[in-house]
Amino acid sequence: MSTTAATAPAVTGIGVAAPNGLGLKAWWAAVLRGESGIRPLTRFDASPYPVRLAGEVPGFVDEDHVPSRLLQQTDRVTRLSLAAAKEALDDAGADPADLPDYAAGVVTANSAGGFEFGQRELEALWSRGGRHVSAYQSFAWFYAVNSGQISIRHGLRGASGVIVTEQAGGLDATAHARRQIRKGAHLVVTGGIDSSLCPWGWAAHLAGGGLSTEPDPARAYLPFDPDASGYVVGEGGAHLVLEDAARARERGARIYGLVAGHGAAFDGPAGGAGGGCRLGAAAGAALADAGIGPGDVDVVFADAAGERAADRLEAEALAELFGPRAVPVTAPKSMTGRLAAGGSALDLAAALMALHEQVVPPTTGTSAPADDCPVDLVTGTPRTGLRLRTALVLARGRGGFNSAVVVRAPAA
Amino acid sequence: MNRLELSSLTRILRECAGEEEGVDLDGDVLDQYWFELGYDSLAVLQTTGYIEREFGIVLDGEDFDEADTPRRYLDMVNRVLSERAPV
Repeated sequence: MSTTAATAPAVTGIGVAAPNGLGLKAWWAAVLRGESGIRPLTRFDASPYPVRLAGEVPGFVDEDHVPSRLLQQTDRVTRLSLAAAKEALDDAGADPADLPDYAAGVVTANSAGGFEFGQRELEALWSRGGRHVSAYQSFAWFYAVNSGQISIRHGLRGASGVIVTEQAGGLDATAHARRQIRKGAHLVVTGGIDSSLCPWGWAAHLAGGGLSTEPDPARAYLPFDPDASGYVVGEGGAHLVLEDAARARERGARIYGLVAGHGAAFDGPAGGAGGGCRLGAAAGAALADAGIGPGDVDVVFADAAGERAADRLEAEALAELFGPRAVPVTAPKSMTGRLAAGGSALDLAAALMALHEQVVPPTTGTSAPADDCPVDLVTGTPRTGLRLRTALVLARGRGGFNSAVVVRAPAA
Repeated sequence: MNRLELSSLTRILRECAGEEEGVDLDGDVLDQYWFELGYDSLAVLQTTGYIEREFGIVLDGEDFDEADTPRRYLDMVNRVLSERAPV
């Protein structure tokens, strides 16, 4: 299947805003140290709520990343997104101004839009009246706002869009960016960022259920652990610069990896086979799309729900595809919490860094997987000494979305 | 408050819409078009909402289509302020 490999687009730039590190270097160093960003909430007073832990992006100074003209019109989610997009483009050494008009676009994923901005304007509406609502509310709340603001700031006027499939979004957006490259785009900024750590967002997260009420940050989110008790919400994610591989090589760009395959599937009825879980189907489709078999996969970045039944379903899907404990599995999101659309984008960044630096980042918190989760989970410290050529990244989005992406190291 | 001065307008613009890099609102801006100052229609709309609340007036949408520079914008606001019956 060399045609697939030959046309797989290249990731040439990565930008990160994560609870355990702002910026690619700071985040990756923290990931390898096993340093968690899950802490008591500080962005609002969470004391009246049953869940008080989250993954907040530390040390983000708005004025350092966002031009004055954009401060009044952007929610935190867009500020984080603008920062990560700029880092990714700088990291790629790509200047969209050098490209033909309409040759570069933006396809990002998002789940909650500008929630905190929306809360503030709703408060203004109901306490002071419609004349007090910001004109910028017209777009600042919207899922597509990150794509729009990135497009305007960097002059990316080619085919663009937004994907809303919750946690699966970061992968689905990257797959859609790949389609645009295949249709002739030279460069697409992709990935995703989410942030909704405000009282209104918190009410939504609590109503959605599944959050861990464990107060100890080190014990709250334990994917595949026998004591798994739910998940922790975080904010942030990653943006990636995806380029036509031949053009990227031509300009001498550093290539982290190639996006070689993607598969997506909706869950079936809960009473059906495998509890209706179609994550394995998405993974199988991604391998087929990449033209490879399970034996070619060197590491899996798990969705890692942190809930017993969902963890078991994922472990069973992996065992069915690869055989029990046959491939290293990791979940660095144990250090950030689940970031909605940003989560799978950040996992994709982690998979690319793993290929680039030949190291599997660890899962923290969980000391060993439960007996009914037959996975070779990389825990505690990074695993080295493997030959990492191909990584599979999995994600499940609330509502039944399953997505899988295969990334491969660039051919030497 | 029966007049809107340029100094107040620039303060309100900065607060409502920020300041474009490379633009100095304290400079000679009276006759520059909004787009030359880095402001789009939404920035003017946001600024207008603030001024309407602050001065207790309502501006005519058709009028501010033509108020495409700070000078014309000030003229428009001050005309409405002067026409307002003294209380």
